[in-house]
Amino acid sequence: MTSLLEVEDLRVRFSTEDGVVRAVDGVSFEVDRGQTLGIVGESGSGKSVTSLAIMGLLRGRFTVEGSVTLGGDELVRADPDFVRELRGNRMAMIFQDPLSSLHPYYTVGNQIIEAYRLHTGATKRVARKRAVDLLGRVGIPQPEGRIDDYPHQFSGGMRQRVMIAMALACDPELLIADEPTTALDVTVQAQILNLIADLQEEFGTAVILITHDLGVVAGVADEALVMYAGRPVEHGTLRQVFYEPRHPYTWGLLSSVTRLDREPEHRLRPISGNPPSLIDVPSGCPFHPRCPYRMLPEPCSTEVPEYAPVNGGHLVACHLSEQERTETFARDILPRVQSSVRKGG
Amino acid sequence: MAVPVGVPERQAPGPTTAAAGGRVEGRSLPQMAWRRLRRDRAAMAGLGVVSALVLIAIFAPVLTWLNGYSPTQFNPGAIDPALGGVPKGPLGGIGAEHWLGVEPKSGRDIFSRLVYGARVSLLISVGATGVAVVLGTVFGIVAGYVGGWADAVIGRTMDVLLSFPSLIFMIALVAMLPNANRPLLLIVVIGFFGWSYVGRIVRGQTISLAQREFVEAARALGASTRYIVFRELLPNLAGPILVVATLTIPTYIAVEAALSFLGVGVKPPTPSWGQMLSDAVDWYQVIPSYFVLPGLCLFITVLSFNLLGDGLRDAIEPRGDGS
Repeated sequence: MTSLLEVEDLRVRFSTEDGVVRAVDGVSFEVDRGQTLGIVGESGSGKSVTSLAIMGLLRGRFTVEGSVTLGGDELVRADPDFVRELRGNRMAMIFQDPLSSLHPYYTVGNQIIEAYRLHTGATKRVARKRAVDLLGRVGIPQPEGRIDDYPHQFSGGMRQRVMIAMALACDPELLIADEPTTALDVTVQAQILNLIADLQEEFGTAVILITHDLGVVAGVADEALVMYAGRPVEHGTLRQVFYEPRHPYTWGLLSSVTRLDREPEHRLRPISGNPPSLIDVPSGCPFHPRCPYRMLPEPCSTEVPEYAPVNGGHLVACHLSEQERTETFARDILPRVQSSVRKGG
Repeated sequence: MAVPVGVPERQAPGPTTAAAGGRVEGRSLPQMAWRRLRRDRAAMAGLGVVSALVLIAIFAPVLTWLNGYSPTQFNPGAIDPALGGVPKGPLGGIGAEHWLGVEPKSGRDIFSRLVYGARVSLLISVGATGVAVVLGTVFGIVAGYVGGWADAVIGRTMDVLLSFPSLIFMIALVAMLPNANRPLLLIVVIGFFGWSYVGRIVRGQTISLAQREFVEAARALGASTRYIVFRELLPNLAGPILVVATLTIPTYIAVEAALSFLGVGVKPPTPSWGQMLSDAVDWYQVIPSYFVLPGLCLFITVLSFNLLGDGLRDAIEPRGDGS
């Protein structure tokens, strides 16, 4: 059986005055019901554009190539009205900032009711009952009393719960969460992530979690996809990406995570340099200018590394041989990140 | 750029107030704006005068019935033909019979003419503001939300209209066009030359609103363009539009008065404040009240609308710095 969401060689380009921005350049993945895929990367790595392309929410002068299918329906070449019908109905999205994602003029109940009625055509009474029910499910105390409150009367974490309730109003098959916890403080972050995980179990939703926070991915994802400069560089199960990472960029990300459970024997190790401009992506492997293990001049700066499986479903795009990668990881990286990944928060 | 309406952290007073029993009561943004407006004395005074004017305009026939003189009725008995038509009695004939005196030569009752003049002023200024607001809102939203070539075409059109010497053009146009329904003609012409002011404000607000995340969130929930325009954008535009409309009305009152003063506005015998001022110019040394009264009406009306408009702006877009 095929997966619920299949993304195949997705490419998104924006034409700007300065040139063509290759925001997403050949991304493929699948997510099935009840599964969570974490997409990780720095700012500008194309993770948000990927999700917007799936939802059909891109704006401006762009071209999308490749294929996105949701439950067998092709979305990239579909009629925009068809995709609009799916949004909020079969696929939904929650955003980074729950404050600005809620309309300040309407009560939260009103907004959930509208979201539900938009696709189901339910009566106001039925929709209101559904809204109370949803607010209760996402952990808002006394939902009957709070349904007529305005967004500014809720705290940040509560607002994100409201957003989740809205997104889940029509039982979507796919939920995309774009940095859902970035604007929240840490304790609330954990609550929201647990809530998403619980609801996912309950509804069987497929979830794509977009974040730059590896801890978040470690906490809730089943699989992780690491993106760099619009391209996938490593993709595998959580275990593979966190315990046997094979790409120097993933190593860099893991080494730069702050740790509370370890003696601070090292300074944090940031990845040197800056993410490349997507207009002028470095030749060869896009990560080579920042890669401490690069082989110059060939092949790293001349050839684009193949995005190939190393074992099972674990995919890596790197010129280093498997032996070099295993040895380097064991020698340089493992001591720095040991016991670092079971943290999740 | 003005602070977009409806950014809750900017709301000056606490958004909620503890009501009896400790239950915190929620207020919508319009409710909060109304509470702020009620605390603004100047704006409330403006609102009072404006309301009174509206009532006067609506009940003009009742007021002239009380007075006993229609605004177009000649009263030869109230003037002295021997003195060239100067009203009988002191101060331009002010007294129990004619409350604010009569016009020289014709003897028409000034109170009745002022009351009906309020009707004409408000009708034309509100009507023209309506035309300007509707055109400006529609074109502003299209330009701001659709963008691209629509924005380019509408934007250039607005620039052209803004750079027009519109008063001169209006004089030429109104003088040229047929005379059938003068107030309607004035409404259309003034509104047509004015919509670009509203359009620019709406366009700017629309562009900034369309970028906001709640619009993006609505799109992510599958909202149609129509839904976004009517349910997401318009409620947020209502505040700025209301403010600009309230501040536009006095401008148009003045424009109507100016056109009537210059003889191309409302045609006699329909009374208009500007027209009365124009007639009074020849008599200001003899009967100052004839000149002062319509001027005072204009002054009070324009001032009240401006006070109300400023108050509305502060209430709807609080800055938190008391400005």
